[in-house]
Amino acid sequence: MLEKSLHGSKRYWLWVGFLLAVIFLGFLAYLKQYSEGLGVTGMSRDVSWGLYISQFTFLVGVAASAVMVAIPYYLHNYKAFGKIVILGEFLAVPSVIMCILFIFVDVGRPDRILNVLLHPTPHSIMFWDMCVLCGYLLLNLVIGWTVLGAERKGFPPPKWVKPFIYLSIPWAISIHTVTAFLYAGMPGRHLWLTAIMAARFLASAFAAGPALLILLCMIVRKVSSFDPGKEAIQSLAKIVTYAMIANVFFYGLEFFTAFYSNIPGHKHPLVYLFAGLEGYGQLVPFMWVAVVLAFVGILLLVVPKTRRNEKILPFALISVFIAAWIDKGLGLVLGGFVPTPLEHVVEYTPTLTELAITFMVYAVGALLITILYKVVIGVREEI
Amino acid sequence: MKISGKTIGGLLIFSAIALFPFLYNIGKTDAQPVINTDTPVIQELGATECIEDTEYMRENHMQLLLEWRDAVVREGKTTYTNSKGEQFEMSLQNSCLNCHNDTPETVFFTADTANVGDNLFCYSCHNYAAVEPDCWDCHNAPREAER
Amino acid sequence: MSINRREFLKRAGVITALGLGGAVTLDAFELLEPLKAADFTSENKLAGKRWGLVIDMNKLTQADINNIIAGCHEAHNVPDMGNPKDEIKWIWTDTYEHVFPGSENHYLDEKTKTMPFLVLCNHCDHPPCVRVCPTQATFKREDGVVGMDMHRCIGCRFCMAACPYGARSFNYWDPVPHIAKINPDYPHRTKGVVEKCNFCMERLDEGLMPICVEKSNGAIVFGDLEDPNSEVRKLLSTHYSIRRKPELGTQPSIFYLIGGEDNA
Repeated sequence: MLEKSLHGSKRYWLWVGFLLAVIFLGFLAYLKQYSEGLGVTGMSRDVSWGLYISQFTFLVGVAASAVMVAIPYYLHNYKAFGKIVILGEFLAVPSVIMCILFIFVDVGRPDRILNVLLHPTPHSIMFWDMCVLCGYLLLNLVIGWTVLGAERKGFPPPKWVKPFIYLSIPWAISIHTVTAFLYAGMPGRHLWLTAIMAARFLASAFAAGPALLILLCMIVRKVSSFDPGKEAIQSLAKIVTYAMIANVFFYGLEFFTAFYSNIPGHKHPLVYLFAGLEGYGQLVPFMWVAVVLAFVGILLLVVPKTRRNEKILPFALISVFIAAWIDKGLGLVLGGFVPTPLEHVVEYTPTLTELAITFMVYAVGALLITILYKVVIGVREEI
Repeated sequence: MKISGKTIGGLLIFSAIALFPFLYNIGKTDAQPVINTDTPVIQELGATECIEDTEYMRENHMQLLLEWRDAVVREGKTTYTNSKGEQFEMSLQNSCLNCHNDTPETVFFTADTANVGDNLFCYSCHNYAAVEPDCWDCHNAPREAER
Repeated sequence: MSINRREFLKRAGVITALGLGGAVTLDAFELLEPLKAADFTSENKLAGKRWGLVIDMNKLTQADINNIIAGCHEAHNVPDMGNPKDEIKWIWTDTYEHVFPGSENHYLDEKTKTMPFLVLCNHCDHPPCVRVCPTQATFKREDGVVGMDMHRCIGCRFCMAACPYGARSFNYWDPVPHIAKINPDYPHRTKGVVEKCNFCMERLDEGLMPICVEKSNGAIVFGDLEDPNSEVRKLLSTHYSIRRKPELGTQPSIFYLIGGEDNA
């Protein structure tokens, strides 16, 4: 079925070419990082995780969001999602691959990365993260490819796929819970030490992921004859609405606990993010943009008139996506390191090399989404 | 399966690339390492035996070094008792390199290894076998440390 | 014989998997000649169940502190990276409000407020860094020392996020050009691994004291916290001592005495 991605319009090849160029430039930047060390990034002794890990964290959420299409369709027979489940699974696969790539470029000794397999450590959450991520990748690849292949031949999918599908649903929840546990169990980082970390992660994921999926569906509708259907898009939009409301609500809960208890350790990271601490406030404008975008997005989504208007809907979804990205992809990880365990404030700014490598990984993901979606379109147009 | 001109052409190009290392080295000889353990340092020390016999060390030094490093770093053990009951400090630098510590004049090897310092003994075989030991990324050879 | 592309790929895949799997299985069953003497011992090693330090801040002078830091960093080939971003330090100083942030006290006496507290890895009894390390590159020895196995570290920096004391540093660059004088008796590190104070475990295994203890002129006392007759226990039973962030349950093994005879 892959050969479907080898035939495309001029626009298609231009897009692929652009992505390959970004990947190539990013790869050169990675060679520099590999030979000189991670010092070429903006990470420091005090902010030891930066863009790479924060993007990994955000993308695990996007990967998990495939479950929001799988549950209604497979568990509750919601026929409207029938045509787009495959798009959800084929969004999850590149997302997980991007996660793995971000880990790979972040690790100091990538040549030793197999040590995680050679010396399994069940008490380490990172070990379990590797297990569940790789398992999820395999699950979605197998399920997606098999179901699409069966569709192409005009048969229902083979019976053995069903248990895998049922397994993928709790597995999706687990990948994001385990990733949340990476943060939620750290005794010295007050921004992360909250019981609702996993809940926040899931709410944010189920807002950002389906939002991206709808946007991709709209693009697919524009470039091919495949139409996901208005009902599917509206249902997904409603899921995004409630997930984003939950996400914002959870964030409000964090604020209440921190500021009503008045405990300095709890307050400081949030003060740093939203007002600045000791004169350092690089992330403040980003966080407030996220607040505005979140509320604008929710408003546009809650009001049925604007949600149903397919000219306004994309803007609402983009708002929600960017707000969730700023929250998880910038505020959470970078804010967790401020203030340092010795109560100093050290800020982090990514370098150009680091940005190039980040764009490279995103381009790889975009390329994989393009190829996989092209295969789906190709198969759908064929049958 | 239809074998067209493009297929044959592709196969030929692939074979050329895959076989290139062998074609490049046709006719060239690579000298086998001649390890000379009759070095000034070993003569001075008076000891002419390694911690185990040569055959054993040739086969097992990799495993031995891995076990040494786990025992020293992870378990805090420092002494190795060999098959004859003799005791040695488990240290690449302080035990092995004490004897296997050669100058370019005493060991026959290629010009590439001339500048790697006192771990020449190791490189004389490792170069030939094309297995890179990465010990020297962190561990200091005695003369290098003086530089 | 005619098979289609899909069948061909399937068969090629199965054969490759068999080949690789077979090789691995054969390796596993290969009878590696067991090492003739499986006897590793340590004769001079200091024996203890839980090593700890008691740092008497009143006895430490600035000169002592400078000697301690220099001694430790020189002996262990800790590089001077020249800037706070890439800084690597095993032992350093900071003031009370930064070392004991939970004990905010606006009316603290001037002396304690400005005291240069010596901070290092606390070699906790329940170390969060060991809990999170995916390869056990950081591990807790039987004698309580939290060690770093530089051979295994993959540089994921999870331990740095987990440590509530900021005790760990990462090699963002190759450290060798930044080491003024390499100590030949101790290895240096490569770029891409995390490092921290190792309680001079290589010295403990030879029966020697840690360097910071030796250079402290008696201000730092080293001993077995589980031995009721050790000097550290005697000090702790007769003086008021504090530790960093005890509420986190890490059970740090570094104790600070700040009272002093005249303030007791």
